[in-house]
Formats: sequence, C-alpha cells, structure tokens
Amino acid sequence: MLDPTPNGLHSGESPLLRTIGLTKRYGDFLANDSIDIDIWPKEIHALLGENGAGKSTLVKAIYGLIQPSAGEIRWQGQPIVLSGPSQARSRGIGMVFQHFSLFDNLTVAENVALGLDGRESFKDMSARLEQVSKTYGLPLDPRREVWQLSVGERQRIEIVRALMQDPKFLILDEPTAVLTPQEADQLFIVLERLKSEGRAILYISHKLDEVKRLCDTATILRGGKKIQTCNPRLETAASLARMMVGSEIRQVKAAAGRRTTVPRLVVNDLSLAPGEAHGVRLEHISFELKGGEILGIAGVAGNGQDELFAALSGERLAKDPGTVVIEGIAAGHLSITQRRKLGAAFVPEERLGHGTAPRMKLSENALLTGHAASGMVNHGFIDTAATLKTVDRATETFDVRKAKRDPEAASLSGGNLQKFIVGREILRNPAVLVVSQPTWGVDAGAAAVIRQALLDLATAGAAVLVTSQDLDELAEIADRIAVMFHGRLSAPLAASDATREKLGLLMGGSSLEPKEAAHAVGA
Amino acid sequence: MQLVLEKRAERSNTIALVSPLIAIGLTIVTMVILFAILGKNPLLALHAYFIAPLTDGYSLQEIAVKATPLVMIAIGLSLCYLANAWNIGAEGQFLIGAVAGSWIAVKTQGTDAGAWVLPAMFVLAAAGGALYALIPAICKVKFGASEILTSLMLVYVADLFLDYLVRGPWRDPHGFNFPTTAEFDPVATVPLLIEGGRLHLGSIIALVVVAAAAILLGRTIKGFEIRVVGAAPRAARFGGFNADQLIILTFAVSGALAGLAGIIEVAGPVGHLQPGISPGYGFTAIIVAFLGRLNPLGILIAGLFLALTFIGGEQAQIAMKIPLDVTKVFQGILLFYVLACDSLILYRFKLVFPNRQVARGTG
Repeated sequence: MLDPTPNGLHSGESPLLRTIGLTKRYGDFLANDSIDIDIWPKEIHALLGENGAGKSTLVKAIYGLIQPSAGEIRWQGQPIVLSGPSQARSRGIGMVFQHFSLFDNLTVAENVALGLDGRESFKDMSARLEQVSKTYGLPLDPRREVWQLSVGERQRIEIVRALMQDPKFLILDEPTAVLTPQEADQLFIVLERLKSEGRAILYISHKLDEVKRLCDTATILRGGKKIQTCNPRLETAASLARMMVGSEIRQVKAAAGRRTTVPRLVVNDLSLAPGEAHGVRLEHISFELKGGEILGIAGVAGNGQDELFAALSGERLAKDPGTVVIEGIAAGHLSITQRRKLGAAFVPEERLGHGTAPRMKLSENALLTGHAASGMVNHGFIDTAATLKTVDRATETFDVRKAKRDPEAASLSGGNLQKFIVGREILRNPAVLVVSQPTWGVDAGAAAVIRQALLDLATAGAAVLVTSQDLDELAEIADRIAVMFHGRLSAPLAASDATREKLGLLMGGSSLEPKEAAHAVGA
Repeated sequence: MQLVLEKRAERSNTIALVSPLIAIGLTIVTMVILFAILGKNPLLALHAYFIAPLTDGYSLQEIAVKATPLVMIAIGLSLCYLANAWNIGAEGQFLIGAVAGSWIAVKTQGTDAGAWVLPAMFVLAAAGGALYALIPAICKVKFGASEILTSLMLVYVADLFLDYLVRGPWRDPHGFNFPTTAEFDPVATVPLLIEGGRLHLGSIIALVVVAAAAILLGRTIKGFEIRVVGAAPRAARFGGFNADQLIILTFAVSGALAGLAGIIEVAGPVGHLQPGISPGYGFTAIIVAFLGRLNPLGILIAGLFLALTFIGGEQAQIAMKIPLDVTKVFQGILLFYVLACDSLILYRFKLVFPNRQVARGTG
C-alpha cells in the first residue's frame, strides 16, 4: 500500500507535502501570510494557533477548498494546483472536519457512499466499510441511521469515510473537541496506528496537553503568520501557549472568601419533550443554585444542553410553573421577557443569529435583551441614548475592540462580540446568569476576561450556571460540576472532587458506582 | 480573469441608497432596447413616459392621485416584508376594503345621512381589509399554510365577489345594466383639495401614514420588533418577541391600509363601485415597497415614480400607440433589477486574476 518510510531523519528525501510561501488574501486581510510547512510521512504534525490564526485557511488551501492567492503547494516534490477537494482526495489527501457533514435521516453506509467518488457497487462499498472499521477498531453498524448515533460515533463515520480512500495524508480539524476524555484516548490509538502504517497526519488543535502527548512536530500560527515549527515534547504547555498568544495569558483568580447565600435558581424535576425531530428529551432534571455560586454543566454536545438552555431561558415553556424557580418565584410558564424582569440573564451558545442579530448595530443588540428591564424603552419609544450608553459601558468594562462606536454585530471578531454579549448581560446586574459555552471559539485573552467576569459576578452575589464542553474551563471557574447525558443531569460533584476521569465516565453515560466504573474503563 | 461576488464585512449604506437608482438606470436601458424592437423612437418614447407627464398641472395632480393608493398599500406591505411575512394579496384586501366601505355608501344612498358617512366608510374599509388579510395570516400561524399562496389566491375571490355585487344586489337600477353602483352621494365622497382639480384628501392621509410608519420603525420598540423578527428570527425569540403574533399584526395593519386605500380610490377618483377599480395597485405596490427599500420615505418617492409610469404609459399609448401592457413590462423589469441590485448591499463585485499575476503584486 504505502512505502514504509524510515522514521526520524528526513535528510535526503523530500517531504510528502510542502507549502512554500503560501498566502491567502481576503481583500486587505492576510489570512495566511507566506507560510512554509513540511509534512513528512509517518509523522503526526500539530497545527497550533488561536481562533483566527489562519489554521483553517491553511488546511482549506491544502485540501483544495480555496485557492491560495500566492505561493506553492508541492506534493511528493511536484508543484500541484488543486481546483477542488476531489482532486486532493484523488492524490491521497483526506480530511475530517470539525463540523460533520452527515445526513441525519440516512444510514451510515448511505452517508459514506455519498462522500465517496462512487465507482463501486453499494454492496461492495458496504463490505469494505465494515472491513475498514474493523481493521482500525472504529466499530460502526452500516445499517443504522445517523440520528441514532452519538457524536463520537458520527466522528467515526467521517474518519472511516476518509480512510476508505486510503489517504497518504489525513487532516483532522479539532477532532477531540466533541469527545469525552476516554473517547479521545481511543482516537489517539487509531492515529498512532495510522502513523505506524506510514501515513502523515496534520492535527489541528488548541489543546496543548494532547499535542504534547500525541504529536511529533508542531507548527504554530499566529495572526496568519508561521511563528515556529518545533518538537512539542521539548516544549512546556506554557511555552507553546506563549507562542500561540504572543504574550503571557492572564490567570483568572477567584476572590477569597466567596460566600454562598440563598437559592436563586432552582430546577425541580424538569422533564420536557423535544421541540424538534431528533431533539433530546429532558428527563427529571433537578438542581439548586445559590447566590455566590458557579455551577458547571459538562457533557458532550447534543446531550440536552441546548434544550435545557431553552427551558431555563423561557424560549420553551414548561407546563408546570414550579419546575423552574427564579428568585423564589415559580417561572416555568413565564416568557423570557418576564424571566428577565425577575432578574435572570441569558447568554446562548451561538453568538450570531441567536445572541445577536448579525446585521443590526450593537446598540440595537443591546436593546434586544435590554428592552425587558433596563429602562431603554419609554411608553413604547426607544431611548437611543440609553442603548448607546450600554454599548459604551460594555466596550469600556470588557475591552471590546471595534472599528467604530456602533458597528454591526457581524463585523466584530468572535472574541470581541462574546465580550459584548456577556458584558451586555452582566451590566444589567443579574441575580441569575445562565451562560452556554461562554468562551467557545474565543481567543485566550478574551476568554480570560470573560471567565474573570463570571467569577466577579458570582462574588457580587449572583448565581451563575455555566454549560461548557471545555473541562479545563469548568475546573477553572466552577464550584460544582454536574454532567449531562441523554437528557439527564448527574448529581453535581464538588470541583475538587471532579477529576477528568470521573467526568469522562459520566459524559460517556456510566455511573460512578465503583464496580460499574471499572467495567466502563475496561470497555 | 474572473468576476466574483465577495461578501462585505458590513452592509453598505451608500449602495443601499444608490441601488434603486442603478436599477432604474438599467431598466431604462432595457426599455430603450425594447422600444427599438417595437419600432418606436426610443427617445420620444422615454420623453412620453418620463418627461411629458411632469410638464402640465393636470398630469402632476394625476401622479399624486395614482401614487396615493400605491404608497398606502406599500407602507403596509413593507411592515409585512420587514417581519418576513409575505403578503402578496394586497390587491384583494384593497378590493374588500372598497366593498366594505361602499356598503355604507350604497345603504345610505338617497337618505339625508350626515357627515358621519365618510369616516364610517373609512373605518369599515380598514376593518374589512384587515379581516381579509387575517385569513392567510391565521392559516399561516395555525396550520403552516404558505401565506404567499393563500393571500394571492384570495385576490381572485375578492375580485369575483366585487363583480357579483355590482352585477347583482348593488347594481344601479338606472345604470343601463352597466355593472356599477350608483354614483356616491357627496357625503360619501372624499373631498377634493383643489376645487375643480383631481387632488383629494386621500393624498394627505397617505402622507400621514408615511410619517407614522417612519416613527414606528425608527423610534418605537414595536418597530424594532418588526425589524428584528425579519432579520434574525432566532435572536428575536431570544429577545422575547413572538413571531406568530407579529405575522398577525403586520398582516392586519397591511390589510387595513390596503382596505383604506381601496375605499379612498372608490369614494374619490372613481366615485362609485365597479369592476376594474384597480389597475393592479396591490401588485404594483410590491414593486414600490422594494424600490423604496422598505423604508417609508423611500416608498413615498418610489410611489410617485411608479405613478409616473402609469401616467406616462397612458400618454405613450395616446401619442405613440405603444401598448399599455408595456407599462407592466416596465414595472416587472424594474422589480427584477431592484432585487438583483440589492445583492450589492451585502456583496461586491471583484475581479480575480489568476495566481501568477497576484503574486506579482496586482492583487
């Protein structure tokens, strides 16, 4: 299949893939500025960088999705021009995207067939699918429909689909972002195996521990430029982070002596049928959140976190008012506006289109949630000065960088828009803040500002509920951590007691009973 | 070399203003070609269409009279369209408003009813239009029926209903069997602004509607709600705004304005109820709404412009024997170009050169 290439020394041979001065320009913006990168066979190469550093642009160019503005791509020493992904695939370049492109209502085999260039019969393809998935320890039932599968299984489809084309070079875009720690470990075994077969892997991530553990080489991008190529095993996590960010990252710190007060958000046996097809049913969710406390909710995406957010915010109403109690008042039947008037504030996961109207100005987006209880409306008329004042205060307090005083929401970078959204809610001095994925896709500097703001809000006496897939983030700010799995919420663990292993087991659906836990590890 | 559409970081306000002008320019170029194919002198035809009506007082008044229903209907439609509710049936709401208002005029005919008649006709016409518009709105909210289809189909129902009334129960007994009601009494007629002229009170009402819509959309929370529900439905729900209620509301308001425009037309320039009271105002108003950028002031200007094409079309028919249908062709082409040019607000054209040239620094 592939020539086994001697490991270690590269001298005297040409790399499998090499980019020379690869540049991609969007208008005046340089997404990739003259990037040189060498990919060798039998190597796992990490591509590190913050959001917006140019990682996606680079791999899209290598995979033929976009055309570079300048520079060259060489495949096995020969300059190539890729006019589309199918050309990349035919040369042996495969890619697994972060966001899966699967049809929920089709079976595994049908989805794989759609992704292949399709010259073999469906029956042969299905047989080969089963064989590949068995060979690499990626168990899949070709006949199941995708909507029934977990996120980890869906990722397996994407990986198997890529492997069925026998790629010499495989690109993986943040593959562990959606996996439990245990699932990630299994993925690493597969990747090691692919490497030992002589394939090259480009591994995009910002999880430094993973990179140190798995990767032989790391290339760090920042602001569209290549900063360095190094051996990650010889670096510390801190030195890698410094190269990614360009400066020391501010550590968030909790104020000493934070006191919990009365329960401000109570959820009593909340069950809710899914609002849409293939949604998750919430089952018997109960918890109590006191003022001064941060409760973290961990879990793999798609286990009911979105449904829980909608039920807490009032975007979906519960039949029984007593299921959601805000500030001592039964609120399960109240609208989101009424809940805001009780002192609740909400930050959804999606910044554009949910948290803000993308094509509206920041002042109008301040009004979007502020009209309920922030004195921005008099007798039905908008107080424009008050909305602008909120923009200015959020800008100042949370260091929101923008081109002019009141731009459209869509023109801000992810981190700055998130700071604005969090700021908009915190400036209302909420009694209860429900926030979903507060730092998803946000640069490290902005993430530190946002986490610090959440801690400060709790110190000031608010109850804060944080849903996140980032276990490090929850460990950093939460007092207690509960895990969502299949629409159920585990009993919260004290943060000191919530090890990655325990959380990982809960995220995979195991309970923490000693016997069963041992069983799950063995599986 | 390749021409590509590139997304802008922020919507261009300059283009938002200029785009209708580009569209008008392109339409005129197309019309010149069309006139030439028809064997007419394009310059004379353009003069008949766009210049001649502006040169005498009668035509100027007539433009305002024609613009009145267009502007009133288009304002209502713009509220719907901003909220992502697609009311295509303003023509039907216009006719039902005319029928509902005429009911009082017909019933009080020949009695010595007082000055209450005209205001009552207005109220009833608005209510009739609103209720008629609520049919597609409620079908949309309750059953998910496409409001585009239902509102459009109800136009033909209204048209035939009006036809039935003026050929049957409401027909003028002294009207030589023409399908029309008797001429309305003076108390049931919209007063003229200039004695012996054409301009009537309806134009003032249209201006008030424009001002009210400008305040509603620019200054009030309800106007914000309309804009945000249309622009970002999920964000609107997060903001606590109910899209279903807004569909009902905007359809009702738009139906009421169309109905009001209907009775003003019947009790004003026409003077009695008959088939053919509208040369397609309800459909032309869709063009007015988009040409006016769904903005009240823009709609006022666009309404006057489209009214000009109606008058110009009549003059071109008289002077140059150009068929009146060419006016409809003109309006259709105009809508096409307006929608096409709108993509320039969010996108821009860019010439892309092959890689080698960019590398030398031309990009």
